[in-house]
Amino acid sequence: MSEYVLNTPEDQAAMLARIGVSSIEDLFTPIPLELRLGRPLHIPPALSEVELSHHMHTLANRNQSASSAVCFLGGGAYDHFIPSVVDAIAGRSEFYTAYTPYQAEASQGTLQAIFEYQTLMCQLTGLDVANASLYEGGSAVAEAVLMAMGITGRSGDILLAESVHPEYRQVVETYTANLGCRVVTLPTPEGFLNPDDVAAAVNDQTICVVAQSPNFFGHLEELHAIGAVTQKAGAIFIHSFDPISVGLMKRSADYGVDIAVAEGQGLGTPLGFGGPYLGILACRKEYVRKIPGRLVGQTVDRHGKRCWTLTLQPREQHIARAKATSNICTNQGLFALRAAVYLTALGPQGLRETAELCLRKAHYAARKLGQLDGVALRFPGRPFVKEFAVQVPGNVESLLGQLRGLGYHAGLSLGRWYPAFRDSFSVAVTEQRTKSEIDGLAQAMQSRLA
Amino acid sequence: MNNTQSTELLFEISKTGRRCHRLPVCDVPVDEPLESLLPDAHRAAEPPPLPEVGEIDLIRHYTNLSTRNMSIDTNFYPLGSCTMKYNPKRHERFAGLPGFAALHPLQDDETLQGMLELLFHMQEYLAEISGLPAVSLQPAAGAQGELTALFVAAAYFRDKGETQRKKVLVPDSAHGTNPASAALAGFEAVTVKSTPGGLVDLDDLRAKIGPDTAVFMITNPNTLGLFEKQIQTITTLLHEQGALVYLDGANMNAILGITRPGDFGADMQHYNVHKTFTGPHGGGGPGSGPIAVREFLAPYLPAPVVVQDGDRYRLEYDMPKSIGRVRSFFGNVGILFRGYCYIRTLGPDGLKDVSEQAVLNANYLRARVAEGYDIPHAGPCMHEFVASARGLLREKKIRAMDIAKRLLDYGYHAPTVYFPLVVPEALMMEPTETESRETLDAFADTLLAIRNEEPDMLRTAPHTHIISRADEVKAAKEPVLRWK
Repeated sequence: MSEYVLNTPEDQAAMLARIGVSSIEDLFTPIPLELRLGRPLHIPPALSEVELSHHMHTLANRNQSASSAVCFLGGGAYDHFIPSVVDAIAGRSEFYTAYTPYQAEASQGTLQAIFEYQTLMCQLTGLDVANASLYEGGSAVAEAVLMAMGITGRSGDILLAESVHPEYRQVVETYTANLGCRVVTLPTPEGFLNPDDVAAAVNDQTICVVAQSPNFFGHLEELHAIGAVTQKAGAIFIHSFDPISVGLMKRSADYGVDIAVAEGQGLGTPLGFGGPYLGILACRKEYVRKIPGRLVGQTVDRHGKRCWTLTLQPREQHIARAKATSNICTNQGLFALRAAVYLTALGPQGLRETAELCLRKAHYAARKLGQLDGVALRFPGRPFVKEFAVQVPGNVESLLGQLRGLGYHAGLSLGRWYPAFRDSFSVAVTEQRTKSEIDGLAQAMQSRLA
Repeated sequence: MNNTQSTELLFEISKTGRRCHRLPVCDVPVDEPLESLLPDAHRAAEPPPLPEVGEIDLIRHYTNLSTRNMSIDTNFYPLGSCTMKYNPKRHERFAGLPGFAALHPLQDDETLQGMLELLFHMQEYLAEISGLPAVSLQPAAGAQGELTALFVAAAYFRDKGETQRKKVLVPDSAHGTNPASAALAGFEAVTVKSTPGGLVDLDDLRAKIGPDTAVFMITNPNTLGLFEKQIQTITTLLHEQGALVYLDGANMNAILGITRPGDFGADMQHYNVHKTFTGPHGGGGPGSGPIAVREFLAPYLPAPVVVQDGDRYRLEYDMPKSIGRVRSFFGNVGILFRGYCYIRTLGPDGLKDVSEQAVLNANYLRARVAEGYDIPHAGPCMHEFVASARGLLREKKIRAMDIAKRLLDYGYHAPTVYFPLVVPEALMMEPTETESRETLDAFADTLLAIRNEEPDMLRTAPHTHIISRADEVKAAKEPVLRWK
C-alpha cells in the first residue's frame, strides 16, 4: 500500500465483492486496452518522508534567498515583514484544507473572513465594492480591462502607460489578443505618464486607461489629471496601486479612480518565487454586476440571524457559462485571509508607520546611493515612496552580479524591459531594511564602481 | 458546535487605540518633514480606517471563525469534481523552508538553481503523466490553464492562417469554465449533447464539427465519472478536420499511470495540481493549472519555461511565437512545489495506486448509495459518480439541496449538487483514495438513513450548525457586500 491510502487487502477484497467484480482491473474495463500505458511511469521511485526531507533541504540550499542575502528587489514583489499571527491563523487547517464555501452553513468561517476582506479592500481603496480575490496583480489588471470592455461596450483602444509593470502589460496583451480591440502603450520616457499624452490619445472609442502608481520604477503618477481626461472621454480609469503605500498615500477613490487593482503580496504573503499571490480588485458600486469572480454577501438564516453566503452568482461561469463576466473559479482564498489578518494586525497606525518607514528608508537609500561617484537618480524630482531608479556608469548587469557576490540582491536591471533605461536599475526598500544594510549596499557599490 | 458564539465582525470589535503589531523605531534620520518627501497631492491626512484590535482579540476572532468551517482535516468532504484528498503535512513544512519561501521572483537564475531544478523536473513529470511533451507551469488555476490552452490554439491557427476556426465545441456535461474560457479567448462556444448513457453524442458531434471548428474541449473521465470509451473515434474526427482536442484535466485522479491524454489523442490539457497532486484548497484557492501540449504547439506556450543547459537550469524567455503571459512572475509555485513533493513521495507505483484506490472507493460508495438512490448511468464509474434525488423529489418533495444540508448535520460535507446540469437533482460524489472503507460505509449509512427521515427535518436542515439555512435569495436581491 502506498502512502496516504487506507484500504487493506482485506478491505479491498470485501469492497470488490460488494461491487460485484473480482478485481480492481475489472473497474477499468471502460478504458480500452489499447489506450493503456502498460508500463510504469518514468518518474523517480517513491521517497520516504526522511528521504524527501533531505532532498528538499538540498534543493533549498542551492538557492540564495532573501534571508541569505540582503534584498532590495521590488518590481511588484516586496520583502515586507510578516507578523507571526498571519502564519498562525493561515496555518489553521480548518481554513487551509477547506474549499470554496459552496455550503454556507458549513463555511461561515471562510465566508465571514472573506466578507471582512472585501470590507478591508474597500477601506484600502475608498471604493464601494471588492471581490473575493483574483490570482495576482497582472491578471487583476487584465480582468479590470475586461470589465471596462463590458461596462463601456466599446471595442477601441486599451491605453496602458509604459510605466505599468511590464509583465502586467504583457498579460493584458495576451488576454485581449483575440477580442478585436487594440492595446496601445503610452510611452513614459521621463519615468511617468504625462496627462497631456493621455488627452491626445483618448477618443470616443477608448475603453480604458491603465496607470500604475507607484509605477514600475517606484515613482508616483499624476492620477488626478490622468483620470480627468480619461473620464471626460467616457473611458474607464483603472489604477494599479500598492497596498502598503496606502498607509500614507491618498486612496484610489480620492484620485477619482473607477476600478482599482493591486498585487496583494505585500500584505502578509511570502515572496515564494512569485506565487501564490493575491489579486485585489475594487470598483464603484454601479459596476457590481460586471465584477469577475466570487462575491460574499450578508444575509440572514431561517431564524433571522445574520450570516454570510456566496452571492450574485449569475455573473459567474458555473451559471452564466459562455456569458460569464470571467472564467475564474478557484481564486486565492487563503491569501485573501492572509491579507485580512495582516491588515488587522497592523491596524491604521501600523500600516501608516510601515509605509512611513519604507518612505524614509527609501529616501535615505536614494540619498546615499545618489552621493556615490557617477551614480544619480534616474528620474530626479519625481516623487517616490518605497522604490526608485538609479543610473550607474558601466554595465548594470555586471555591477548587480558583483553585488550579489557581496551578499546583496541590489536591484532590478531596467534594461531587461526598457532598452532606453539600460543604464539603470530599480531599488526597493522595505521597512525590514536597516540603516546598516543600506550603508552596506552603498559601500559595496562604491567599492565596485571605484 | 456552539451556536451562541459571537459573530461580531472585526469592525465591530474595533476600539480606537488598540493594536497588535508594533514597528521598529526608524533607524535612518527623520529630520526631514514628511511633506518634503511626499507632496500634498499624494499624501493622505489619515491612514485608511482599518479595524483596531489587540493580538488576543485577533487570534480569538479568527480561531473561532475557523471552527465554523468544515475542512478535510475535520470532515469527510466528498465534493464531486474537486478531489478533496488529504493534504500531507510534510508539504507545509518543506514549503516554509527559507530557501524556497524567501525567493524573490525576479532574482537572477544563478541564485535559483535548486528552485529551477525542482520546477524543471515538475515540467518533466507532468509531461510524462500526460503523454504530452511540452509543459507550461504558468497558469494560476485550472480555469486559467484552459484559457491559456485556448490562447495557444488561437495563436496556432492564426499562424497557420486558419482564422475561420471560430468555434469551440463543449459537451453539455462540461464544467462552466470551459464555455466561459472559450468566450474569453474570442471563440464561440457550441454545446454538444450527451447520450442518455452519459457520453458524448457522436452524431451530434459529427453534425457540429466543421471547417470552422477550432477546438473540442472534453473532460475524460467526464463529469459524470464515466470514461469516454469512444475517445479515439472522437479525437480522430476532430483531427481529420484539422481541429485540436483539449482535455480538461480536472479528473486526472482516475487515470494516473493507467492511460495518458496524449496517448488517447488529446493535443493539450491542463492539470489541477491542487486537486490531483493535493495542494490544500485554501477555502477557495490557490490552485495551480499547468498545461501540457504536443510538440508542434510548444512554441506558443507562455514564457518563460525552465530549460536545462548542461548542469545548470535557466528561465527561457526567447520564445518569439509565445502567446505572452497570463500572469506575472513564474506561476503558483507554492502549489507546484507541493505537487512535486507528492509525486516524489508516491513514485510511479504509488501514483497508479492512487488512481486504482480512488476508482475502487468511488465504485464501492456508488454500490452502497445505489441501495437508496437513483444512479442514472451504468457503472463501473471512474473516480466519481453522480446520483440523483429525483425519486425523492417526486415521492416526498425532497430536493438534492435538502439532502446536502442534512448531511452537514451528521458531520459530512455535502456532495456537489445540481452539477453536472444534465442530471436532475444531481448529487455528485468523489470520495478520493485517502478515505477508508469505514468512512465510506458510515457516510453511505447516513445518506440512506436520511432518506427515511421526516421530510421537514430535511427541508429545514441544517440544525446543528452556527446558522440554519442561509437566505440566498435575500443576499442576491439586497446585496450587502461590505460592512458599513
